[in-house]
Amino acid sequence: MSERVTITVDGEEREVPAGELLIKAAQDTGTYIPRFCWHPRMKPVGMCRMCLVEVEGPRGRQLTTSCTMPVSDGMVVHTESDVVTKAQEGVLEFLLINHPLDCPVCDRGGECPLQDQTMSYGPGESRFVEEKRHFEKPIPISDLVMLDRERCILCARCTRFSEEISGDPLIEFKERGNGTQVLTFPGEPFASYFSGNTVQICPVGALTATPYRFRARPWDLEAVESTCPHCSVGCRISVQASQNQVLRFLGVDNGPTNQSWLCDKGRFGFEYLNSDERLGTPLVRGDDGELHEASWGEALDAAAAALSAVVDAHGADAVAGIGGARSTNEEAYLFGKLLRSRIGTPHLDAQLDDGLDPRFLAGVEPRATIDDLERAAAVLVWAPDLKEELPVLYLRVRRAAQELGAKLVVVHPRATGLDDVAGHVVRYRAGHGADVLRRLAAGEGDLADARAALGEGPVVAIVGRTGLTEDPALAEAVAAFARDLPDAALMPATRRSNVYGALDMGLSPALLPGRASAYDDGARAALAEHWGELPGGAGRDTAGIVDGLRQGVLKAVVLLGADPARDVPDGSGGAALEAAETVVAIDLFRTASVEQADVVLPALGFSEVEGTVTNLEGRVQKVNRLLPGTGQSRAAWEILEDLARRLGGSLGATSAEAIAKEIEAVAPAYGGISWDRLDWGDGREGVVAPAGEGSQPLGFVPVAGDLGTPPDGTTLHLARTLYDHGTVVRRGPSLAKLAPEPALFVHPDDAGPLGVEEGVTAWISGGSGRAELPVRFDRSLAPGTVYLPFNLGVTVGTDPAVTVAAAEGAA
Amino acid sequence: MKILTERMEAHRTDSHTLARYRDTGGYESLRKALFEMTPEAVHEEVKASNIRGRGGAGFPTGVKWGFLGKAEPRYLVVNADESEPGTFKDRQLLERDPHQLLEGMIISAYALGVDLAFVYIRGEYPRPARRVQRAVDEAYEAGLLGPDVMGSGFGLDVVVHLGAGAYICGEETALLNSLEGKRGEPRIKPPFPAVEGLYAKPTIVNNVETLSNVPWMIRHGGAAYDAIGPEGSKGTRLFSLSGHVERPGNYEIEMGLTWREFIYDIGGGIPGGREIKTWIPGGASAPWLLPEHLDEPVTIDDAGRLDTMLGSGAVVVMDETTNVVHAALSIVRFFSHESCGQCTPCREGTTWMQRILERILAGEGRQMDLDLLLDISDNISPGLRWPPAMTTICPLGPSAVSPITSIMRHFRDEVEAMIPGVAAGV
Repeated sequence: MSERVTITVDGEEREVPAGELLIKAAQDTGTYIPRFCWHPRMKPVGMCRMCLVEVEGPRGRQLTTSCTMPVSDGMVVHTESDVVTKAQEGVLEFLLINHPLDCPVCDRGGECPLQDQTMSYGPGESRFVEEKRHFEKPIPISDLVMLDRERCILCARCTRFSEEISGDPLIEFKERGNGTQVLTFPGEPFASYFSGNTVQICPVGALTATPYRFRARPWDLEAVESTCPHCSVGCRISVQASQNQVLRFLGVDNGPTNQSWLCDKGRFGFEYLNSDERLGTPLVRGDDGELHEASWGEALDAAAAALSAVVDAHGADAVAGIGGARSTNEEAYLFGKLLRSRIGTPHLDAQLDDGLDPRFLAGVEPRATIDDLERAAAVLVWAPDLKEELPVLYLRVRRAAQELGAKLVVVHPRATGLDDVAGHVVRYRAGHGADVLRRLAAGEGDLADARAALGEGPVVAIVGRTGLTEDPALAEAVAAFARDLPDAALMPATRRSNVYGALDMGLSPALLPGRASAYDDGARAALAEHWGELPGGAGRDTAGIVDGLRQGVLKAVVLLGADPARDVPDGSGGAALEAAETVVAIDLFRTASVEQADVVLPALGFSEVEGTVTNLEGRVQKVNRLLPGTGQSRAAWEILEDLARRLGGSLGATSAEAIAKEIEAVAPAYGGISWDRLDWGDGREGVVAPAGEGSQPLGFVPVAGDLGTPPDGTTLHLARTLYDHGTVVRRGPSLAKLAPEPALFVHPDDAGPLGVEEGVTAWISGGSGRAELPVRFDRSLAPGTVYLPFNLGVTVGTDPAVTVAAAEGAA
Repeated sequence: MKILTERMEAHRTDSHTLARYRDTGGYESLRKALFEMTPEAVHEEVKASNIRGRGGAGFPTGVKWGFLGKAEPRYLVVNADESEPGTFKDRQLLERDPHQLLEGMIISAYALGVDLAFVYIRGEYPRPARRVQRAVDEAYEAGLLGPDVMGSGFGLDVVVHLGAGAYICGEETALLNSLEGKRGEPRIKPPFPAVEGLYAKPTIVNNVETLSNVPWMIRHGGAAYDAIGPEGSKGTRLFSLSGHVERPGNYEIEMGLTWREFIYDIGGGIPGGREIKTWIPGGASAPWLLPEHLDEPVTIDDAGRLDTMLGSGAVVVMDETTNVVHAALSIVRFFSHESCGQCTPCREGTTWMQRILERILAGEGRQMDLDLLLDISDNISPGLRWPPAMTTICPLGPSAVSPITSIMRHFRDEVEAMIPGVAAGV
């Protein structure tokens, strides 16, 4: 508990935390002081002057900006005196003299701080009769953001955000005085992954987002609070819709996770929900080999018959399930229950051979929360480029390093977004991480300083695979090293949506619901009491399932929101589905995998179902329902329940909430985490499992295993970019155009030896494929390593050893 | 009594050279400070001199030095961004006697425990900047700057930096931002620069003239300096006299004489025998004085008593032919042009006032514009008091209010006469 002081606001004594800014202390104790430039998540600048109050001092009452004034004991403040009222009216009149007052055609109208505060604190009318300031309006400053400089009141929230929070200061004040304007630099658009935040915090309609412009008036919007579905950070959002169309996501200030910010993929990635390509009718493959529309009854019967036939002919363990990482916990739980207890197979996985040991992800100890970054003395990031894969976690790490003084060590094969705030940047050749780890742990040579920076705790270590060619065992070895750092906590990092929730629900051959080990007899027995007998034998993960299908050992696969044909990184998913006798797909779109399915069951998507999700720190949060969904789509849990009834008996699911109650009872780590608890009060910030009544049977201690020998020659770094050709981006017009063109990135020093040049076409041959791509130079790469962005439609496999050479005919 | 300009008067062609400077006793004060005095003793002399800063605010220099934080490194910054309209005194000191400033800087740096000092010179002063840079180069060659000044073991480096044409960078915190490579925008105070200044380190910002007095003080003692001039306005002062006077120019004078003596005896009075109408006593930011004040003494405190200031020492005289609305517009336009744009009342208010004055001068004024001008002024500087209160971050906004209140209080009938209906008696 921090020290508290007593201040007097408008004659009333208040107890507030010492040193807090007056504007915040007053607001938290019931007095709202108007403001434009102040934002609780950014440093105060006292520019707009709207928050002027009178503070008594030795020289009498002084007008002071309450956003720059820390409270001190005995401070006496007047927020409604005649002097304050006149000053505030004056500031508002000044702000409005050059404001166009085009509220009727302004997107911000109805939710505009300038409009609202003019009504509450303004002078009522203007005495300005001169001509207003004019600018060309509006001008696009990026593909997503438009700028209207006439509406701008120059509060600098946007420019400060881009400098202070996101670290890409692409917008800045230009000119001065009355000519001051926000602008981009010549030839450089505001191409920030976080640009949408500036639109949300703009206190007027100066910045608008192209996906939302002129789409709705605020009073026509229905809204529900929810959790962003795009990555495993789990940002808190408000989903807003009109006429059954999602129109926007806004960030909600959830202190423990996103602190109000969102990335642009999260913010603008909703458009796929409104896509015309959404599946609305079940499909069954006919004798002609084509998918035909069918009724739900026909489709479910067909799916059950096909699966039963496989079970009858080859046994239950010829069936497998892949998916669940894009579902709610309730849906994922039911998927696992169907596969294990009704079909009776141990082969199931929520990951797509692109992650880490599921026990590491679900049960590592001690596990870090995102908010631990606020107190960290040092942060180690040996993980995917957070800016590309977990953008808002990137913002939190950035804040820890830049604002809170944590020592940051970033280890990666090429430049990451955090390098400019990192005290120590370590580059290494993809595939050669083991040696770097050994030298870092020993503090050898040029890594002595980085090692020393990690010598003082608390240390938060964010650990994952830097890319898809990296051995998962390296991440575990890094975790084993980091675990022994002072006061260390570990955050295993992988990106896909609700993958942590799906693993917590047991969607892995190694896990049972509630973070229990599938190899723990006690846990198996406890679960069997609820589910009946569990299948024995070793289960297969996605790599094993793909392998089994291709070899004909497995015959059928059920996909729940998974697209292995596109997402299994070595490119073998398509062939596996090809080889399968039966593929049943539950999905929103006709993905590459769905095209190979025998039965397609259209599911409701995000904001169309209610449930919970779990983020990468193990935080359980609610997602809520706002929309009815497309066509005849049904909630995945309903589909699974109906399928189960045709395959050996009901799963007992009557509603998502009823499933949640069963999870509470069955999954040890989820004990006590009820929906009631997540819907109200502090619970809206989510609950980190296990909490209270919960317990976590699995305590995973990472150990450094044998990491083998590094490959000779050129190695491949294969990693994702924020915008790619995945389902969400490709089916949203705003983001689709932002995905970069595929290219092969080469260090200029390697160009000579490889015989390639910038701009020419080169071929790259890897473990399971060969591709021709234009070469681009990237000085940030560790020499000896080439970089290929994943999921832009090019696959060469996940083997780190590759061969690169100029293509035939390339000059 | 001449402290600052004696050398340049006596040696008109080469007072800026190191040879001449040394030849006339230069750097002897530095030798005395370094070898015979402790840093504390130097500070004591400056305190004893009772000199008040010559940049405009008139804050006692010795007291300001006492606020310097203990964190290291600490910096000394010379404010040579002389931009107040009517002020051109520092230019003469920079151009004609740069070593005097430099010696003052080195002594001050020694007293303050500083080993890196900056001279921030306005970009429109290329010749003064060249002269200062040459002086700095000479000083390095002569061992007066660098790691071991005069073999004393005390080290100091000096960096000369040119501004890029913004009046606001004369405001000390905007100057520091500019020096750091940021936009020239004033910072919120506190923290004051003495605690958190350049690169967030303790920093003393002093005016050129202030530091140019330091060598004399050390040579003759703070008490000798304190013996010059009346209470509260010690030492001599370099005034820039301009406008409707026979002999405009810079004059080093002991304060305490009357305005009449200054304007008429020293400045030669008004050309053509015309009557004086009003004058600005201390730079464009200062409220104006009237003929009835001609026999008031020229001191910092007397100016304050008359609700104005000696400011930067710029005296601008206006005779009976002056259109005061036009004069006020010139000043308001200047401040509007120079507003950094950071805070609302200054950015919007100064421009609004400018537009109204332009409209009045164009014959399109309205009776209500007079009170409107005053109320806009009041929203920038509540109460229209002196010294001004402000709704702004820095005093630039209130500076633009001074000419408005001056013409409205003293020449309201002249302004009204420019309003169409009023002039016709309607």
